[in-house]
Amino acid sequence: MIVETGHYALVLALALALVQATLPLWGSRKNDPALMAMAPSAAIIQFILVAIAFGALTWAYLTSDFSLANVVQNSHSQKPLIYKLSGVWGNHEGSMLLWVLILAFFGALVAVGGRRTPQNLLATTLAVQGWISGAFLLFILLTSNPFARMLPPPAEGNDLNPILQDPGLAIHPPLLYLGYVGFSITFSFAAAALINGRIDAQWARYVRPWTLIAWIFLTLGIAMGSYWAYYTLGWGGFWFWDPVENASLMPWLAGTALLHSATVMEKRDALKIWTIFLAILAFSLSLLGTFLVRSGVLTSVHAFATDPQRGVFILAILVFFIGGSLALFALRGPLLKAGGIFAPVSREGALVLNNLLLTTSCATVFVGTLYPLALEALTGDKISVGPPFFNYTFVPLFVPIFLAMPLGQVLAWKRGDLLGAAQRLVVALIVAICGGLILAAMQGEPVISAVFAGLSLFVIVGAFVEIWGRISGGGLSPSVMFARATGLPWSAWGTAIAHAGVGVSLLGLAATGWGVEKILAMRPGDHVAVGPYEVTLDKVEPRPGPNYDETVAHMTIRSGGNAISTIEPSRKFYRARQMTTTDAGLRTFSLGQIYAVVTEQNSNGEIDVRLYWKPYVALIWIGAIIMALGGAISLADRRLRVGVARRARQAAMQPAE
Amino acid sequence: MTRKQRRLILIGSALGVLFVAAGLTMFALRDNIVFFYSPAEIASKAPAPGTRMRLGGLIKQGSIVRGENRSVTFVVADAEREISVSYTGLLPDLFREGQGVVAEGVLVSPTSFRADSVLAKHDENYMPREVADALKKQGHWQPNEPKK
Repeated sequence: MIVETGHYALVLALALALVQATLPLWGSRKNDPALMAMAPSAAIIQFILVAIAFGALTWAYLTSDFSLANVVQNSHSQKPLIYKLSGVWGNHEGSMLLWVLILAFFGALVAVGGRRTPQNLLATTLAVQGWISGAFLLFILLTSNPFARMLPPPAEGNDLNPILQDPGLAIHPPLLYLGYVGFSITFSFAAAALINGRIDAQWARYVRPWTLIAWIFLTLGIAMGSYWAYYTLGWGGFWFWDPVENASLMPWLAGTALLHSATVMEKRDALKIWTIFLAILAFSLSLLGTFLVRSGVLTSVHAFATDPQRGVFILAILVFFIGGSLALFALRGPLLKAGGIFAPVSREGALVLNNLLLTTSCATVFVGTLYPLALEALTGDKISVGPPFFNYTFVPLFVPIFLAMPLGQVLAWKRGDLLGAAQRLVVALIVAICGGLILAAMQGEPVISAVFAGLSLFVIVGAFVEIWGRISGGGLSPSVMFARATGLPWSAWGTAIAHAGVGVSLLGLAATGWGVEKILAMRPGDHVAVGPYEVTLDKVEPRPGPNYDETVAHMTIRSGGNAISTIEPSRKFYRARQMTTTDAGLRTFSLGQIYAVVTEQNSNGEIDVRLYWKPYVALIWIGAIIMALGGAISLADRRLRVGVARRARQAAMQPAE
Repeated sequence: MTRKQRRLILIGSALGVLFVAAGLTMFALRDNIVFFYSPAEIASKAPAPGTRMRLGGLIKQGSIVRGENRSVTFVVADAEREISVSYTGLLPDLFREGQGVVAEGVLVSPTSFRADSVLAKHDENYMPREVADALKKQGHWQPNEPKK
């Protein structure tokens, strides 16, 4: 009964999405407030309906209802509770339902939080949102119905793919989807602005929080995915330039560009056409990512099931939304008036440069990801584009971004002074050179690591130069400086912190060159030096688990002869699917990590062990968290909340006393 | 500076960045892509020995021979041809006889291959797509092979 309710709610949600997609649009054409007022209510009810459907599927998983084909294929009654819960989206159907749930959630948020948005813009935005959710609900109901029954129900399920039985599954997809789908809001706002033909600085202000939210979650989602791959695949790598990873990186690059160009639009009323284009691009790339991952074009752990019908359907959605929005853009774009002008050397100029480099690097990732697919479709030749391709294209384009980041921050709006800006960055430059030299002396080869570490220090210190300039001044007392610091707009702090986060991640990446890798066969009692530590294999023993059998290697880590920690790398054999996964043993010491993986025990009692010492590796993910934190601080800036400007205007209109 | 000059600088720098990116991409695509071959394709297309490539197929039953210091040799086969592969290093979890495999390395002679990496596969249903396609082409593909 609960399952039928969920299914029914999903159908109702589709019907409502169609209403939401049409009537408010008509209302905004005819300027009919009643029709336009339908949009927020429809969006909220649609969210409730999709939530009911999602709840019903979750219920089926929790109670191991094996009359549902989806539950049979992806669950098992002995599976731990957390994986029964996260297993809801650990499959194609469920993950699409999560996608739509988050889409509806954002729609409802816009409806609730957008009361200060002009009714016309709000209604059109939600109508576009209705088109998107309608298309995806139709996709779910026609090709990927999670509520399909299986009769007669089997006694036991097939279990979830063991590689997905990890806490990462509970966190990574929801975060990533909040990012992907968050860009649907900026997309809808852009499409609405084009439909209504009105785009001004105010528009950028409405869109700003949504871009930031999507960007924050996408940043965290990508970082989480990379950490998950790092500890679960057992190769010690955290980024493989795999098409699935690139699919999430492309919207991030476009979204980052959008975040910066929207600032120019908001502050200076310039770059309007470009900003609208980026808003369309960011979500188009999210859709492309969904297509690549979900259609089965790529084979990976993310493509849960391959079914040509689904691929064609998602491709149709892709063509409709990307083609439609670009056509709209081509039709309406020229109507937009160019705004404020600026000199090439200025804050705006730096942000344009940032946009150029970000979108171009995004394009190289696009080529590297899609070229093999296109070539195969056209000629039948199969090629693989590996990390070297991206090292030669993406990295050279990103280095100027790192150099320009601090520079852009200290340039003035409209017309900047390059020499003055460079002088203000002398401190950062000195720190970068000294720090790079110190690290090179401490860690040694390769030199490129020290160079990039120096660059990262330049980015980190440079991020705060502008703020320091605003706080400090000739001989101010600390209390005055503190007051000035707290009085600065939060968005200034957010920018500085997010930029510093980029530098922190870069430092972690730079330090990978100093890592140590040891591959060897070990017997219990053997010990080996890895970087500054010594690792001893104590014993190898079996350990039972709920739905797997585990072989655990107990290892002790010593520093200078003293035992400081233990790690337990293991291999898990999952009974239901008859397959093995590797769990790395990880321990963090002052930002570096000891990483151990074991393989099958050989007949002679030896076990093959892969050990790594990865100095500063934790900084890669800490940097991403700092970036997201900067975004959140910026989001919390009261001055930039929607509606503040209007309140300020109203206050100004009060008669002067 | 006039508006026109500013626009020229903007467009000029945009074209400059795009030009650099296009150059880098062409360069990287020429030297850093690796073609995929099945054993039958190696026989028919006869790439020169020393060519870097990915080789994919099924690991022939009974062909895995482990040597000293994690060296291993095995035979990668499709319906028509076989190639013997030598490799030193750790093997992925799902490296088993009868399973699909993709090895990247250098072709030593038309019948032998030296791999420097053997790709990790995620689960037992995950047949490398290139291998599946190559087998399909030869009519030896059963999509739903029963599990052992």
